[in-house]
Amino acid sequence: MSTHTLSVLVENKPGVLVRIAGLFARRGFNIDALAVGPTEHDEISRMTIVVNCAEHPLEQVTKQLNKLVNVLKIVELDPGASVQRELLLVKVRADAEARPAVLGTIELFRAKVVDVAPDAVTVEASGDRDKLDALVRVLEPFGIKELVQSGIVGIGRGARSITDRSLRPVGDGGRVTDRSA
Amino acid sequence: MTEHTAPAAPAAPTPGRAARPRVTGAEALIRALEHSGVDVVFGIPGGAILPAYDPLHDSVKLRHVLVRHEQGAGHAASGYALATGRPGVCMATSGPGATNLVTPIADAYMDSVPIVAITGQVPTQLIGTDGFQEADISGITLPITKHNFLVTKPGDIARTIGEAFHLASTGRPGPVLVDIAKDALQLTTEFGWPVPFDLPGYRPVSRPHSKQVREAARMIVEARRPVLLVGGGVLRARASAQLAELAELTGAPVITTLMARGAFPDSHRQHLGMPGMHGTVAAVGALQKADLIVALGARFDDRVTGKLASFAPGAAIVHADIDPAEISKNRHADVPIVGDCRDVIADLVAAVNSEHAAGRKGDYSAWWALLDNMRTTYPLGYEQPADGSLAPQYVIERIGKMAGPEAVFVAGVGQHQMWAAQFVSYQRPGTWLNSGGLGTMGFAVPAAMGAKVGRPDAQVWAIDGDGCFQMTNQELATCALEGIPIKVAVINNGNLGMVRQWQTLFYNQRYSNTDLGDSGPAVGPAGTQQRGTRIPDFVKLAEAYGCAGLRCERAEDVDGVIETAAKTEDRPVVIDFVVHHDAMVWPMVPAGTSNDDIQFARDMAPDWDRTD
Repeated sequence: MSTHTLSVLVENKPGVLVRIAGLFARRGFNIDALAVGPTEHDEISRMTIVVNCAEHPLEQVTKQLNKLVNVLKIVELDPGASVQRELLLVKVRADAEARPAVLGTIELFRAKVVDVAPDAVTVEASGDRDKLDALVRVLEPFGIKELVQSGIVGIGRGARSITDRSLRPVGDGGRVTDRSA
Repeated sequence: MTEHTAPAAPAAPTPGRAARPRVTGAEALIRALEHSGVDVVFGIPGGAILPAYDPLHDSVKLRHVLVRHEQGAGHAASGYALATGRPGVCMATSGPGATNLVTPIADAYMDSVPIVAITGQVPTQLIGTDGFQEADISGITLPITKHNFLVTKPGDIARTIGEAFHLASTGRPGPVLVDIAKDALQLTTEFGWPVPFDLPGYRPVSRPHSKQVREAARMIVEARRPVLLVGGGVLRARASAQLAELAELTGAPVITTLMARGAFPDSHRQHLGMPGMHGTVAAVGALQKADLIVALGARFDDRVTGKLASFAPGAAIVHADIDPAEISKNRHADVPIVGDCRDVIADLVAAVNSEHAAGRKGDYSAWWALLDNMRTTYPLGYEQPADGSLAPQYVIERIGKMAGPEAVFVAGVGQHQMWAAQFVSYQRPGTWLNSGGLGTMGFAVPAAMGAKVGRPDAQVWAIDGDGCFQMTNQELATCALEGIPIKVAVINNGNLGMVRQWQTLFYNQRYSNTDLGDSGPAVGPAGTQQRGTRIPDFVKLAEAYGCAGLRCERAEDVDGVIETAAKTEDRPVVIDFVVHHDAMVWPMVPAGTSNDDIQFARDMAPDWDRTD
């Protein structure tokens, strides 16, 4: 699997997003998805980045990211040891005739209807990428008018927090060294 | 609203804290620079930065050198930093002033030179409105600065300047830009020093991992064909003494890259010379045949490696660098060591000593036999031009010999740069300054200016090409007026020499746009002998700039002209050395080819089988 999900803690300052996006662009690293938002600390924001590592090894990506002064910590979210979710809003064609079928499909995915119009419904769904891809595939025959997807956010399973000093950060120079000592 | 009957008593001062003076942001900036140990600023004032120039006028500690183009200020800051080891400082106004700093900032970024660039910015309420002389210099320099700041509040100025110097000079050095809005300079604030940094995400590496160092030492003594590949990081770390110790302790051959010339004395018998596209056959051959490369502060740049797939095929790699991102970036490192080269090399010396004490010492006698054979069979050299014109390599060689090992040499970019790296013998750190990573033509004159300001007692020679010289020679005026007597040797072949060489070798001698006035009718007075158009006449140009102008066209005049230049200390000197226009730089590893295909002369490659 050549994609890796990184959780990056950054300083909550203007321009940090553009620094990271710029780094990826000029180094030719491929971003599959990117989401950014606040954390439990006011001064810290959190970016969840899905990196496609076909061209460049993950180690190089994280080491370059660590060079940015505003980047505080990088942790890789292992799919087996984390919860990763994405939000989807999709507007599906659904006139009176088709609506029952559409609604039935939506219920199978535990998605919900958030808007209704004479010949369309807007559906909200959350889940991992595979689930949302499946939902979209199933809705396609009805006719998708519009679709917006949020990008993945993730959090590690278990009790420890990313800001825990014991959680090993990624990309500390060749070897992972535990700086919590 | 009720009226107070009596004014409240003034609050008692907080114990242990003196009253902080109230100053303008501009004064805070100047004071912060003074407290940061700055002694010279290169710059040009303008609208947005104007408030800063007023307290600058009164400053006793800060000398401001008024340059003629902001690019000159930027390169001067770099030259100062390279010659002294202290961060260089340049200052410019907003908009075009700031954008004129982009080239020198990118140059400092590529060569890891510590400079702090301070730019004025339009007032905060105008930012983002396409104001007069507004440019988003922070945005523009994002990819080419180690870090940058936009300051909009006067209270942030002192802390930001402190942080800027800290970032520029620690870890892997680099350029830091501080963009300050005009109103922040004009409003008042309290000034205190020092101000604690707020850089939670910046933790430069400290000590190298001892296990890695021991492993490296073990590999060194077990190797049969090791090479110490020394890069610019050894100079940044000021680790020449440690390097000499390691080299002599191990007995291994040493190679210094273009950025590291002077880190290890050229005259030392263990020095094989410079590797890379125009490196010596022995250095390039050593890398290709090594079984162990110990890279110290080098980054496996493409000019050194040639085609990566065939670079050093049999070598294990120990890679020591302060920047973890360089390790295993271009070539996988078997033993990565993150740390400051000074610490790493000192630790390596101790670890190798331990190996020796345990009876394990490297035996490189067969390796040295091979290398000595390469050195004697394929030494650096050059041909005398068949048409009797002056050999540029000869000129540079003579300047090197006559100026001596204490002089500081600064080069531009091109053929002359390669010859200056090859034919001058560098014995000490800080005696060779050039633009390696970005390869900026026009680097020489302003960087020489900065170097001379930083080391006024040194003899500073700018070895420049005629193409490069025309890009930044306006700073000669600055040198003449400010008492900065640099010596400039213009290696004038009337062409963009390096490009012409490539057109000779790879484009069938189709000289597209590389003639700078070489051919074309001579325009001298009737009856005089001269080559080329002499547009511009560099002697007249030098004199117009208040410098001494000399011309030399024959080999027998070279020494005399150099001596005249050496004796001229009251003004800068420019020497127009009119040289052969088809001199070639050899050896050469053409771009994208393998180091194995190095040519030491046209269509002549070493016979690797015979040297084995």
